[in-house]
Amino acid sequence: MGGKMMKLTALACCTMLTGSPVWADKIFVSNEKGNSVTVLDADSLEVIHTIEGMQRPRGITASPDGKVIYVCASDDNLVRVYDAATYEELPSLPSGPDPELFVLHPSGNPLFIANEDDNIVTVVDVETRQVLAEVPVGVEPEGMGVSPDGKIVVNTSETTNMAHMIDTETYEIVANVLVDSRPRFAEYTPDGSILFVTAEIGGTVSVIDTASNEITKKITFEVAGILPEALQPVGLRVTADGTKAYVALGPANRVAVIDIASLEVTDYLLVGQRVWQLGFSPDGKLLYTTNGNSNDISVIDTETDEVTVSVPVGEQPWGVVAVKSE
Amino acid sequence: MKYLTPVAAGLCLSVLVPGVALAEVEYRAAVLRVDAPGPLPISRMDLKTDDLGFAGAELGTADNATTGGFMGQTFVTETVVASPETVEAEMQKLLDAGVTYIVTLADAETTVKLADLAGDQALVFNAGASDDSLRGANCRANLLHVAPSDAMLADALAQYLVWKKWTNWFLIEGSHPEDQALAAAYRRAAEKFGARIVEERMYEDTGGARRTDSGHVQVQSQMPVFTQRAAAHDVVVAADHAGVFADWLPYHTWDARPVAGSAGLVPESWHPAHEAWGATQWQTRFEKQANRTARDEDYQVWMALRVIGEAATRTNGGDFAAMKDFILSPDFNLAAFKGQSLSFRDWDGQLRQPVLLTAGMVVASVSPQAEFLHQVSQMDTLGIDRPETECSR
Repeated sequence: MGGKMMKLTALACCTMLTGSPVWADKIFVSNEKGNSVTVLDADSLEVIHTIEGMQRPRGITASPDGKVIYVCASDDNLVRVYDAATYEELPSLPSGPDPELFVLHPSGNPLFIANEDDNIVTVVDVETRQVLAEVPVGVEPEGMGVSPDGKIVVNTSETTNMAHMIDTETYEIVANVLVDSRPRFAEYTPDGSILFVTAEIGGTVSVIDTASNEITKKITFEVAGILPEALQPVGLRVTADGTKAYVALGPANRVAVIDIASLEVTDYLLVGQRVWQLGFSPDGKLLYTTNGNSNDISVIDTETDEVTVSVPVGEQPWGVVAVKSE
Repeated sequence: MKYLTPVAAGLCLSVLVPGVALAEVEYRAAVLRVDAPGPLPISRMDLKTDDLGFAGAELGTADNATTGGFMGQTFVTETVVASPETVEAEMQKLLDAGVTYIVTLADAETTVKLADLAGDQALVFNAGASDDSLRGANCRANLLHVAPSDAMLADALAQYLVWKKWTNWFLIEGSHPEDQALAAAYRRAAEKFGARIVEERMYEDTGGARRTDSGHVQVQSQMPVFTQRAAAHDVVVAADHAGVFADWLPYHTWDARPVAGSAGLVPESWHPAHEAWGATQWQTRFEKQANRTARDEDYQVWMALRVIGEAATRTNGGDFAAMKDFILSPDFNLAAFKGQSLSFRDWDGQLRQPVLLTAGMVVASVSPQAEFLHQVSQMDTLGIDRPETECSR
C-alpha cells in the first residue's frame, strides 16, 4: 500500500508546498500514545505508512544520509531502528532506562541518549550497538544537543535546571550552565557560537555564548490573551542559515519566531494544540510541528512564516524528522 | 548568619566546573511531624507509614543535592516525630540548633503555634494542614503553605462538577470541626461556581472502631438508610476530613448517584497514578527509594524542600533573608509536575497549584478546568483570591 500512495504527487492542495521532486521527501512522526510512527509523503502530506510495534515512542531522529530512523521507545527501554525506505525494523540499540530524547553525532555516530529515570546520558555506538559510556548528569536528563563540530554534546536536566556540556572525546562534563526551570531542549546555531536552551516552566529561552558558557540573554514570550504560565517553550530549531530560531510554546499552541541577529521574538504562529517538537524539511523550506493534543502536525513555510496546513497523524504526536527519499 | 554553615570541604564530585572555586554552603532543614493518637482509618490501605512525609523529604533532599553538587551547596534535612505534647519542645530544639527551614506535618492549631514559636528565626512550611483559617484570619508572615487549602480542594472539585453540569449537590459533613470547615469550603465553592446544595446532612461520629471483621454487613444497611429521601440531587459531596464515613458512601447511597469529595472523585495534591508532565519520573524515583507509593504528605514535603533548593540555586548561596525574599518574590517559580510553574500567593503565603481529581486507581481530571478563566493566573480560580483574603501579613 505504501508504494501506491507514494505515487500521489500532483494533489492541488499541496503544489504550493515544495517544488516537484521526482521522489518526495518523507516525514516521520512518533506518536507517544499511538505507539507508532506515522510516515507521510512530504509532497502530498498523505499518510503512506504506519510503523507499529513500539511502546511510547518519543524522540525521533535520522542518520545524516536519511536512510536510518532512530526512535526512543521509552517504555521498551531501547532505541528502535528502522530502514527509512522499507520501514523494516533493524536491530535495536541499547539505550538505558526510559530514553526520551537523543542526538546523533554530526558524523552519524555515536548516539547520545538522555535517560530520564536514571540521571545519566548513555552513549551508544550505532554500528557495534555497544554502550560506549554512561555520563552522570542532573536529575531527569531530557534535552540533548550537539555542537556543529561534534566536540560538545549538551544535556539539559529538568529538575536540576542545568545544561551540562559533555566533551564527546572524554565523556567528561566540562561545564554546567544554570538555566530556568525544567529545561527541555538544546540547540546550537550552525556556526556553533550560540546555544539555545528552552525552559518549559521558567518560560524562557536562555541564549548561551558558547565561548564563555555565559548566558547573554533570556528570551521571554508574550501573547495577548494567553496567561504567562501557558507560554511553555519546549522544542526549538534553528534554520540552516542561522538567521531564525523557531520555538514550540506547548499549551500556548503557538510557535515563536526569533530573529537571531537581534534575539527578539518577531512573530507567533498559531498551530495545533500542545505543540511539542519541531523538524525541518531536508531543504529547510518547511518546518513541521507536532501538536500533541490535537493529534496532528502543522506545516510552516519558513520563508513567509505562515502556517500553511495541518495534517492528522497518530495519537499524541511527539517528535518529527523529515528525510530525503532516494 | 548562624543558619549558614560554610564548610571548607573539597567536593568529591568529578563533574564540577573546573577552575571555579566553590565555597560550600550548607542548607539545614527539618521536617517535624506530629503523630496524634486516634482511631485507625476505614481502609487498611490508608494506614499511616512510619516514613510518611519523611520519604518525600529524602527525595527532595536528594534532588536538591544533585543541583547543589554542581553549585557547591549541600542540603541536610532532619526528620522529627513528635506527639502533641512534645511538639513545641521539639520545635524549640530545632530553633536552638539553628535550623531555619522547618516543614510541618501537623493540624491547624499546632501549625500556628509552631509558626509563632519560630518567629523571625525560621521559615515554616505547612505541608499538612488544609484549614482555610491558617491562610485567613490566622495567617502568619513566616508561614507558607505547600499543602493545598480546603478552599482550593473544594473549588477544584466544584469546577469539575459544574463543568459536568452536576450542579445539584447533596452535602454530607462529618461532626468533627475540620469536617465542618471543609463543608463550609464546599458551600463557598457551590456559590462561587453556580452549584446548589439541595440537601445537607451531618454524619455523627459516635466513636468506636472504624474497622471490624465483617463490618460491611452493617454498613450495607446503614448507609442507604442514612442517605434515604434526600432532595433530588446529581451528586453526593462528602466532607469527611476525619475519615469516619465517606469511604463507605460509594455504592451504598440510597439513590444511584456518584460520590465526590472525601471519597469517590477526590481532590488532592498527589496520587501514585499521576503521570502527566513528567510525573512518572518522580513516581519511579520515589518508589525506588521508599519501596512504596507516594502519599500527599510525601509530595507536599518534597515540594517544601524543593522550594528551599530552588531558592538556594537561584540566590546562589544566599543567606536566610535573601532566600526568604526570593521565595516570596514574583521571580520565584517551582516545577512540581503539575504542568505549570508554581509560586506563592503574596497575600496569604499559599502555594498556587493545580489539584488532581482522583478516582480510585486513576487521575480522572486536573483542575483548574480550562473553562474557568482568571485575569492573573488560572490557578487563582482555586481557593481564596487576593480581594477575598482575610489575611493581613
